[in-house]
Amino acid sequence: MSTATRSLPRTIGAHAILITYTVIALFPVILVVMNSFKSRAGIFGAPLTPPTAKTFDLIGYTTVFGQGDFFHYFQNSLVVTVASLFFVLLFGAMAAFALSEYRFRGNTMMGLYLALGIMIPIRLGTVAILQLMVASGLVNTLTALILVYTAQGLPLAIFILSEFMKQVSNDLKNAGRIDGLSEYTIFFRLVLPLVRPAMATVAVFTMIPIWNDLWFPLILAPSEETKTVTLGAQLFLGQFVTNWNAILAALSLAILPVLILYVIFSRQLIRGITSGAVK
Amino acid sequence: MDTETMAAETRAKRPIRWHVGVFLAPAVLVYTAFMILPLFGTLQLSLFRNIEQTQVFVGLGNFRTLFGDPNWSVNFWNALRNNVWFFIIHMLVQNPIGILLAALLSSPKLRFTAFYRTAIFVPTILSFVIVGFAWKLILSPIWGVAPHLMDFVGLKSFFTPWLGKEQYALTALSLVSVWQFVGIPMMLIYAALLSIPDEVIEAAECDGVTGMAQFWKIKLPLILPSIGIISILTFVGNFNAFDLIYTAQGALAGPNYSTDILGTFLYRAFFGFQLQVGDPNMGAAIATIMFLIILAGVCVYLFLVQTRLRRYQF
Repeated sequence: MSTATRSLPRTIGAHAILITYTVIALFPVILVVMNSFKSRAGIFGAPLTPPTAKTFDLIGYTTVFGQGDFFHYFQNSLVVTVASLFFVLLFGAMAAFALSEYRFRGNTMMGLYLALGIMIPIRLGTVAILQLMVASGLVNTLTALILVYTAQGLPLAIFILSEFMKQVSNDLKNAGRIDGLSEYTIFFRLVLPLVRPAMATVAVFTMIPIWNDLWFPLILAPSEETKTVTLGAQLFLGQFVTNWNAILAALSLAILPVLILYVIFSRQLIRGITSGAVK
Repeated sequence: MDTETMAAETRAKRPIRWHVGVFLAPAVLVYTAFMILPLFGTLQLSLFRNIEQTQVFVGLGNFRTLFGDPNWSVNFWNALRNNVWFFIIHMLVQNPIGILLAALLSSPKLRFTAFYRTAIFVPTILSFVIVGFAWKLILSPIWGVAPHLMDFVGLKSFFTPWLGKEQYALTALSLVSVWQFVGIPMMLIYAALLSIPDEVIEAAECDGVTGMAQFWKIKLPLILPSIGIISILTFVGNFNAFDLIYTAQGALAGPNYSTDILGTFLYRAFFGFQLQVGDPNMGAAIATIMFLIILAGVCVYLFLVQTRLRRYQF
């Protein structure tokens, strides 16, 4: 079959298009990171060449570390992302288990109700969310962000996880029941370990939008104490409009953690998407 | 023992299964409290207006202001028009490119596909702040990267500071957004193409349908449901967009509101900006309109597209 469909020109053509697009996709990222290691003269004189001995300069990074409280913002982002992720995975898996394992009245309705949030963005409720947070005194706390992001992540998590939990063998669970295990033990000790790959997929899907979100930090927690790294970078970039060294260094610092995480988890993420988790 | 008494016995043994409630409660509570109730709260707020420090019910008054009062309606219709254009560019550029890349990636025996996949998906994981700023720098006439690159292909005379010109800024930003999100349609279509059974492809080959004809006649009809999904995802994402415009052009969505979309308009109405005072009720009214637009899109997708496309599925 391969001889019938594949010919050399066609393969070369496919590679040419894919390489072109790969260059388009990576060029801006490489350009920014590359130029962040250059002096001002190097950035403007030869933007497309990698830093040489003559143009190498870390002035941008020293400015960033001297000015912005980036480490603190980074910590805030980490706390918000990890805590939201934990609650999304725990609550999401519990609800998915209830929906896929037990037959009770209103099961389908409950599933539809919880799936509503996949399509309707939580952002549209912002006006009332802010009022709620003001009323409960949670404005400018990381708790507010964690609660909102947990609600935001749950619908998709429940949807994906319940698809996977339906595949867990019934014999296994019933064997557990005969051995006298409680429903809670069956969930935590038998089912959860089996859906671990699905949990990893959900984790990546949940994590990226939370880490990158600008809207809710801007509205719910803009104080110096609670700024996330995305909001911090945004304000920092606004302040240093003319300091190109500092801007490029700040951008590189914002890109690198995400990029490293992505390289580590990309296999998991791509397998998650292509295995049909989101179909 | 007949089945009826057995069923009755089990029912008697387990009158209420508390664990079902325990498993469901946390998710349902958080989801209801921070998503569903605020959503309805916002819809409700859009029917009120703050007059002398008290909330007064005004029915559809806020919407009348939004559509008819020149102070609001000019900006609203402008934002809506821009948003539609933003969506059209995504549908015409992002999704076809995504489908093309997926079709190439899924061709059998092509090497390095894992690398291409990973690399092309990189922009999608970056935050809007990075994307917006990086492109702002690249397109900036001060740095000169864009004119320099265009010089290579002899197009230097076509360069203008796109983000600074009213007639180009929105299209330029839409294309930046396309650059960022092309990975999503690519991945979903790629997954759909991989799931087409080999027998179907082999049968097509036996009938002499190969290459481009095979893609158009066999594969494309089979991936139509996935194309439906990426269309509705694009629709929801575009009519809810905010971050990229805000990062690249600020809340005023310059130059002269030419890049203003519903998200940035909502932000300005809700919080106020510069001389304009924030108005939660008008903000809620705009959010309601966005809700209705997205709901209409989802309904069209669910009732029309989904039912018509289902017959192609296996």
